[in-house]
Amino acid sequence: MTGASLRLCRSLLQRCPCLRGTNPNCLTPALTSSIMTRSLSDSAAPPAAIQNPEAVTKQSVSQGYGGIADTPRLRSSLNDTEVAKFAAIAETWWDFEGPFKPLHLMNPTRVSFIRSALCRYFRRDPYSSRPFEGLKIIDVGCGGGILCEPLARMGACVTGIDVVEKNINVAQVHAGLDPLTSSIEYICMTAEQLVRSNRKFDAVLALEVIEHVVDPSDFVESLSALVAPGGSTVISTINRSLRAYAAAIVAAEYLLNWLPRGTHQWSKFLTPEELVLILQRASILVEEMAGFVYNPLTGEWSLSDDTSVNFIAFGTKEIPPTM
Amino acid sequence: MRLAKELNIAILDSNPALKLTVHFNKDGVPHPRVSTVTPATISFFKEVGAWEYVEKQRHAYFNQMQVWDYSGLGYTRYHSRDVGKDYLGCVVENKLLCDSLLSRLQNLDFKKTIHTCRLISMEFPSQGDPTTTDTEQAHMMSGSPGVVPSGNTVEQIRHGSSIKLVLSDGSSLFAKLVVGADGAKSLVREMAGLTTTSWNYPQNAVICTVEHSVENNCAWQRFLPSGPIALLPIGDKFSNIVWTMSPEEASIHKSMSRDDFVKAVNYALDYGYGSHPQSKFINGFMHRISSISGQNMASMEEHFQLPPKVTDLVSERMTFPLSLRHAREYVSKRVVLIGDAAHAVHPLAGQGVNLGFSDAAALAKVIDQGLLVGYDIGEVSLLKKYEKERKIANMTMMGILELFQKAYSVDLGPLNVLRAAAFHGAQFIAPLKRNIVSYAMGDQKWPLFT
Repeated sequence: MTGASLRLCRSLLQRCPCLRGTNPNCLTPALTSSIMTRSLSDSAAPPAAIQNPEAVTKQSVSQGYGGIADTPRLRSSLNDTEVAKFAAIAETWWDFEGPFKPLHLMNPTRVSFIRSALCRYFRRDPYSSRPFEGLKIIDVGCGGGILCEPLARMGACVTGIDVVEKNINVAQVHAGLDPLTSSIEYICMTAEQLVRSNRKFDAVLALEVIEHVVDPSDFVESLSALVAPGGSTVISTINRSLRAYAAAIVAAEYLLNWLPRGTHQWSKFLTPEELVLILQRASILVEEMAGFVYNPLTGEWSLSDDTSVNFIAFGTKEIPPTM
Repeated sequence: MRLAKELNIAILDSNPALKLTVHFNKDGVPHPRVSTVTPATISFFKEVGAWEYVEKQRHAYFNQMQVWDYSGLGYTRYHSRDVGKDYLGCVVENKLLCDSLLSRLQNLDFKKTIHTCRLISMEFPSQGDPTTTDTEQAHMMSGSPGVVPSGNTVEQIRHGSSIKLVLSDGSSLFAKLVVGADGAKSLVREMAGLTTTSWNYPQNAVICTVEHSVENNCAWQRFLPSGPIALLPIGDKFSNIVWTMSPEEASIHKSMSRDDFVKAVNYALDYGYGSHPQSKFINGFMHRISSISGQNMASMEEHFQLPPKVTDLVSERMTFPLSLRHAREYVSKRVVLIGDAAHAVHPLAGQGVNLGFSDAAALAKVIDQGLLVGYDIGEVSLLKKYEKERKIANMTMMGILELFQKAYSVDLGPLNVLRAAAFHGAQFIAPLKRNIVSYAMGDQKWPLFT
C-alpha cells in the first residue's frame, strides 16, 4: 500500500509540479536535507537486471530506489516528502496499534475473501489448514508483508514485491521470525520489471494498489502478464463514489487520521464496472466481487454486497485454447 | 474446530495422575472436591467428546434447587421445568472431570505431548535476543480441570518470535502461544507480568462428603449469618457439603469429631440460626402476584422442604481460604489466561469452573477463526477477541456473586427483609425466575434483558 502511495505521489508531481507545495505538514529542515541526499543517490543508481529474481533479491534490496529508474511511466521526480514519511514509519508496519492499524484490522477480512475465492477456484478444501499448498502467489505492493504472511501460513509459495526498500527489509525481518513464513520471497521491484523475467503465478494479488498507479490499464496488463494460464488475480480498491469520498478521504484521512493526508486521490478511484472492463481488456474475467464494510461500533470489518466504498474482485485468466 | 488439529500441543502439568493409564475407579467414597457443571459446560464436554466418560462413572444430575436463609422470611425453589429443561446441572468429582478429558485426549490423534514436570521460567521474545527470565518458580495445575494447549514448534532453527519455556526436567519448549490454565496462583500469569485485582474474603470453605439414608436429588443452599452451606447430590446417597464460614469457625469445624460435625451440619440445614420460612401465609398472597406476572411455574407451587438428614461423614474435611481475584488483562504477547488463572470467584453459586470452561470454549473458537485467516495464533489482536468476549461476561458474573456475598454478610433487620423480598421476587415473578435459572445454567449470556 505504501509502495503504491509512493508511485502515486511521484506521478502526481511529474504531472503537476504545483502540487509540491500543497502537502501540509511536510518540510521540516531535517527532512529537507535528508530528501536532498536521497534524491541524489537515487538518480545515480542503475536499473536492476532481472535475469534471476532469486539472486536479485539480495542485490536489489540494497539498491534503494534504483528499481524504478528504468520505468519511464511510473518514474517521476520523487515526492520525497511522501517517501520520507512512509520510510519513517516503515518500522511500524507490524505494530498493530500503530499507523497501520486500519490495515491490520481489515486484513483478516481480505484474507477470508481470498481464501474462499481461491479454494473454490482451485478446488481446495476450505477447512484444511494449508489449503494453498503448491500454489504460487504474488502480492504486488506487499508493504511490510501483512498479506504475504497469512497466505504463507496457509501453505502457499509466496512472493512479495514492493518499490520501497525499507518495506522489503521490514517484511523480510518479520517473516524470518516464524518458520512458517520464513520461506516468503521478498523483492524490491515493480510489476513491470518482474514481467520481463517471465515468471508466472497461480494468483496475482494487488490489494489497495491500483488506486495509486498512474495508468490502471497498463498496470493491469502487467498483472495479467504475471498470471499463469488458468490462474487468477485478486484486486481490491476503493470505489469512486460519493460515499467513498466521505469515508475514505474525509473520514479516514482528515477526521480519524487513519491514513496520511494525500494518500488517496478520489479521481483515481475506479468503479467496479470500470475495473471489470479494464480487466476484461487484459483477458481476465471477473468472477466474484464483494465489498468491505466497517462497523464503527464493533470496530470490525466484514464482507458484504455493498461495494460502495471498498471492494475486492476476483478474476481468472482463461487457458488459451490449444490449436 | 477442525483447523486446530494441525497444531502441535504440549501440556505442562506436574500432577502425576497424568501419567497413569489406569483411570478413575468408581468404587469408594466420592472425593470431597466436586464441581457443579452447568448445561453449557456439559454441552462443551459433549462437543469435545469427553462427556461419555463422565457418564460411565458416578455423577449426579439434579433438576431441583432450593435456596433459603436463616431469617425464615423467604425461600426460592427452582425446577428445571421452569425453563423447559431436564436438569439444572450435574455434580461431578473434579478427578473425574480431569480424567474424562484425559481419556478423550488419548483417543484423539493430533500432535500432543504431556510433560509432567514443572515450569521453571519463560523467556519472552523481543526484537533482538531473548530477554532474561522473570521469575523462577514451579507451577502446578490446581483444582480446575482442563488441558493447557500451547503451540509448539519443534524445529530449533528460528524461534525469534516464540516464547521459550524451561522445564524442571531440563528440557525447553518453544511456543507460539502459552495458555495459562494453572489456577488462581497462576505462574504463567506472574511470569507474563499480568497484574490482578484481588481481595480476600473473611471466610474459609469447609468441604467434605456426607451420606444420607435416602437418595438426594436436589441442590440445597442455606445462607447462614457467617456464610452459606450448600448440600449437593453426588449420587449413591452421597452428598457434597460446601460450608462457608469464618476462618476460626472453619478450623473448629474441621477438627471437631465426626458425630459433632454431622450434628452441626444437620443443625445448620434445619432449625439452626433461625426458623423455617413460613410457607402458608405468604404463599397465598403471592399466588395472586405470580398469576399476574405470567404462567405459573411448577416450582412456585412447591412448598418449602427440608433437606434429607445427614447420617454420616464419609470423607476427610478440607478447608480453603476464599478470595476473589481478577486479572486486569487476560492477554499479553503470546500469553493468554483462562479459568481461575484469569478469575477466581466465591463458590456460593457454583460458577467458578463453569466460567473457566466457557473461557476454554471461547478461546478454542477464536484460535480456530484465526487459523482460518492465517493468523499467527500468538498475535495479541487475535487473543484480544477472546478477551473482549469473556472479560465482560466474567466480570458480570463476578459482580453478581460479589453482590450476593456482600448482601449476606450483614445481619440487619431491614436488610434481612430486603433479602426476603428478593427471595419472594425470585420465587414468584416468572420472567425474573426464568432469567435467573437460564443465566445460572449458562444458557443465557446476560442475566437480564436478553
